[in-house]
Amino acid sequence: MFDIKAVRKDFPVLDRQVNGKKLVYLDSAATSQKPLSVIKSLTDYYENYNANIHRGIHTLSEEATEAFEVTREKLRQFIDAAEVHEIIFTKNATEAINLVAQTYGRQNVLPGDEIVITPMEHHSNFVPWQQLALEREAKLVFLPLTEEGEIDLVAAEKLITKKTRIVAVTQMSNVLGTINPINELAKLAHNVGAVILVDGAQGVPHLQTSVRELDCDFLAFSMHKLLGPTGVGVLWGRESLLNAMPPYMTGGDMINSVSREKTTWNELPWKFEAGTPNIADVIASAAAIDYLNALGMDAVRAHEIELVEYAIKGLKGLGDAQIYGPHDATKRGGVISFNFKDVHPHDVGQILNDAGIAIRAGHHCCQPLMRDLKVMGTARASFYIYNTKEEVDILLEALKEADKVLGHVACR
Amino acid sequence: MSLADDLYRETILDHYHNPRNRGEIEDASAKVEGVNPLCGDELTLYIQLDGDTVKDVKITAKGCSINTASGSMMSEAVVGQSIADVKKTVDAFKSMMMSKSGDVSLPEEMEELEALQGVRKYPVRIKCALLPWNTLLEGIITAQEEQKVKEVK
Repeated sequence: MFDIKAVRKDFPVLDRQVNGKKLVYLDSAATSQKPLSVIKSLTDYYENYNANIHRGIHTLSEEATEAFEVTREKLRQFIDAAEVHEIIFTKNATEAINLVAQTYGRQNVLPGDEIVITPMEHHSNFVPWQQLALEREAKLVFLPLTEEGEIDLVAAEKLITKKTRIVAVTQMSNVLGTINPINELAKLAHNVGAVILVDGAQGVPHLQTSVRELDCDFLAFSMHKLLGPTGVGVLWGRESLLNAMPPYMTGGDMINSVSREKTTWNELPWKFEAGTPNIADVIASAAAIDYLNALGMDAVRAHEIELVEYAIKGLKGLGDAQIYGPHDATKRGGVISFNFKDVHPHDVGQILNDAGIAIRAGHHCCQPLMRDLKVMGTARASFYIYNTKEEVDILLEALKEADKVLGHVACR
Repeated sequence: MSLADDLYRETILDHYHNPRNRGEIEDASAKVEGVNPLCGDELTLYIQLDGDTVKDVKITAKGCSINTASGSMMSEAVVGQSIADVKKTVDAFKSMMMSKSGDVSLPEEMEELEALQGVRKYPVRIKCALLPWNTLLEGIITAQEEQKVKEVK
């Protein structure tokens, strides 16, 4: 375990007040806060070696290029990828998934084929596949969930068939918290010759992740949920697949040679990185990875299990809270979605904000799942390395207050 | 008074807990849906016109307290008014909600709606309060179009 007091000191924003109360930030599933080392890395780049990369022969450009590529190597190690050129920078996880849908997807999905997803996907791992299926006259197949919001593997075995080209599934649900059996799904996909893309936006920041152990084919995630700056997404893909894919965007940097008649593509990873990338934020992402590595991902996970267990117990103690997803803290990540009878989650969120507590309320970019759950939305508290049991206590107290203000309202 | 007290005034909570004009109109002049995709507020508004008069308005909604209360108060304010007056009422309400220069006084018959002014402090919630009103305007346009179609026939 790590020293949580020392961790909290590294996050300047945690000192601020909201509505006269100390900030309790429980919305890390939307975006994490950033440690000082990440913030300093950004200013260091702009103050000392701001330059474009992969071009120019001056010192600043060389320094920037080197720092940029250091992040790539750190990410390779962080997700245990075989090759550093399998790491491709995008602007976010959404763009990483779209990249695969628009290149690999268009190349390989034909009329009558099937794309398999789950009802718990975030819109970013849902809409791109739905649109690809419409465009290619392919079928979008949904793996059913159990009562506790876990993928039904028996059903999955029947639904992943020779017609399946792509299985796209989240590593961890941003609503239910469910951690999915990626390895088992990868086996099912590979048995029928399909590939599996994993949306790691929620999983990678919280779970020790090895693409080799998961045996997936693509992994998409974003740095801003992982202590890093906004504007940096990561796509990892198997080298053989990436090489066979056409470029996603064309332009500068991604070319090998250009003549009036034709262009040849640059090699990996630059084939997929057209134009000047988000240099500063990619460089600062290295500090985020260093920070997590120093804590150790096992300790990060242990801390979250402890908080989730404590919070679920407390929420159940409030009486009429409906908690979604698995109740066993070891089977879920650090997000808890809940509702109180028929009180709208927005009203809960508003009253919590008065107490300085930041939670998310709404459909969490998962409208189809909300329909399945028969709710208009949920309130969601999500945790990260800087959250404490005392903060969970503040949340529980504020929820009691919210209940007092709004009272119980009959279902309409 | 805490911030929440200002937002969740008694009038608002009363309309939230006991919304007026809840339900459906079977032979409505128009039925329109209003959706707030950001927060998931959904409502169906039924409007019955009698010539140029709004004879009846009914709402079924799945929304937050502000959305529900605003719809309830809106229905009470506009039923029985002429379309021209309804449009004036909607304009007055919207200007109050969008006002950047402090509290606005509404005409006497609309006084109750002033309770919703507290919402202004919460910019993201203003759209919750406006949804029923914008849906009403859409309902009037749809109902008028339906009437024209019937006249042509």
